[in-house]
Amino acid sequence: MKGLSLIVVCLFILAVVTFFSMGIGRYPVSPASLFSWIATGQCTDDNLPVILFNIRLPRLIGAIASGGALAMSGAAYQGMFRNPMVSPDILGVSSGAGFGAALAILLSLPVAGIQILSFGGGITAVLIAVSISKTIGRSHDSVLVLVLSGIIISSLFGALLSMLKYVADPDDKLPAITYWLMGSLANIRMNDLMVILSLLLVGSIPLMLVSWRLNVLSFGEDEARSLGVHTGWMRALVILCATLMSASIISITGIIGWVGLMVPHLARFVAGPNHRMLLPVSFLFGAIFMLLVDNIARSVVSVEIPIGIITALLGAPFFIWFLKKSSRKSW
Amino acid sequence: MVMENNISLELCHTDLGYNGRVVLRDVSLTIRTGEIVCLLGPNGVGKTTLFKTILGFIKPLGGVITIDGIDISRFAPKDFARLVAYVPQLHHSPFPYTVRDVVLFGRTVHLPLFASPCKKDRDIADSFLELLDITHLAERAFSELSGGERQMVIIARALTQEARFIILDEPTSNLDYGNQVRIIRKIGELCKQSVGILMATHTPDHAFMIASKVVVVNDGSLFCCGTPETMLTPETLKQIYGVDVQVFDTPDNGICSRKVCAPFFLNPNKN
Repeated sequence: MKGLSLIVVCLFILAVVTFFSMGIGRYPVSPASLFSWIATGQCTDDNLPVILFNIRLPRLIGAIASGGALAMSGAAYQGMFRNPMVSPDILGVSSGAGFGAALAILLSLPVAGIQILSFGGGITAVLIAVSISKTIGRSHDSVLVLVLSGIIISSLFGALLSMLKYVADPDDKLPAITYWLMGSLANIRMNDLMVILSLLLVGSIPLMLVSWRLNVLSFGEDEARSLGVHTGWMRALVILCATLMSASIISITGIIGWVGLMVPHLARFVAGPNHRMLLPVSFLFGAIFMLLVDNIARSVVSVEIPIGIITALLGAPFFIWFLKKSSRKSW
Repeated sequence: MVMENNISLELCHTDLGYNGRVVLRDVSLTIRTGEIVCLLGPNGVGKTTLFKTILGFIKPLGGVITIDGIDISRFAPKDFARLVAYVPQLHHSPFPYTVRDVVLFGRTVHLPLFASPCKKDRDIADSFLELLDITHLAERAFSELSGGERQMVIIARALTQEARFIILDEPTSNLDYGNQVRIIRKIGELCKQSVGILMATHTPDHAFMIASKVVVVNDGSLFCCGTPETMLTPETLKQIYGVDVQVFDTPDNGICSRKVCAPFFLNPNKN
């Protein structure tokens, strides 16, 4: 399946999944009443519009935005670092954001403060990782050094986070930090979404515009330069945009692993490696995946399961199966 | 392709090296469009340094490199890539792009910053796939091709770039005998496209087959440059490679007569 038809099919699946996801939750909403409400604007149950608008819709939009943004930024990272094993997590954005959020919780900052500090932490971590790899990268394999720099920064911020947890009040602050780190779409409000969606636009539009050049960049520094790509600018732009997207999502959802690593592989398998198609298809796949995972999170047991736990529990075996099945074709 | 004015790429008393250490001293060399220059020399004398400097990846330590009289350091990366294309020795992409996409990457330099290739670009790419007889590979994944096929694809990409000069770093390394001859023959046909070619090789015969000029690098200086016939004498070859080589003419069978090299050697295991 090529080009537009694939995008259309993905959009259709996304719409169907979104529709059925609206009916899932603790308050039962049948597809029939949902459909008649959408079609006619009338419904027998007065609670239905309130629940949909105030609770489910922000959450669904949040799931679509977070899954899409994490997958798309993961795909862009993988292309730029020419390494299919790179994900936003590997470059340290998650641990940086986790540290920032924990610091904000410890300082009893309001929700906006938590979001701002985790956003700043995520971006700082990636910038440090990149500058470390630049300093030591001259005489080594650049991809390897980059991954190692990410691991160094992740573990550094991990240690700082542990320190914050150690001094945090165990009755009040520590559970808040721990819960934040597991990731959740439960607390997303419409106001947050407005900010996040505009940040996502700021990040994704430049990525889409340079998507052709991102292909060329995945051939490596020298070749990309000889093909006329200003590699320094392009790298800076991609890191900035992809980090902006993932950090802004993590700042409202907490840490949701795996999506940024796994979904781009799946998308590449279906859409091919050309980033012009890969980036939008990754976004749509990520959105669908996150909606499905969130449905599980809020419906399987009576207490909501943190979504980061499910992405990892489902993601790991699925990824193993997928890599085995696709052999080297998807890389 | 439209025939354009002949221009030349020139190094004039240029010192090359990196980290302040001179690898090649006082290099003077001219490559004109429509000309094939073969670069010969033992391993580790600085051929790669020469290429990297000409491509602008490292700066010359002294002197200048000019194209059509203009210092290459004054070109923006984009303008430079319209003049010089590069066919590296090893190329791999971690992702399975199709051959057509890989060749299309050569058009990048002609596209506005935010654009993707249009039909005209695809037609240009297809025409060079055809020129190199690799149209049948167009939909295959580049990462799954054999070494010889990949080399052809990267040459097609360089042509699609429509640069005036193409720099090839040992295009036949790691290829089987048949592919070596095929690649060399295709490169030999490229001067019809009015491009200037600088090619490094470890096989002096390649120079006899296609080169209009030979440059021999040895011992930190580019010591000579001339036609293959005058340059590649048994004496020079001995000097470069340290082995005894005979140079003689192939029998004139009406198809091709040229010089060939044969190492001076007796099979000790043959009666």
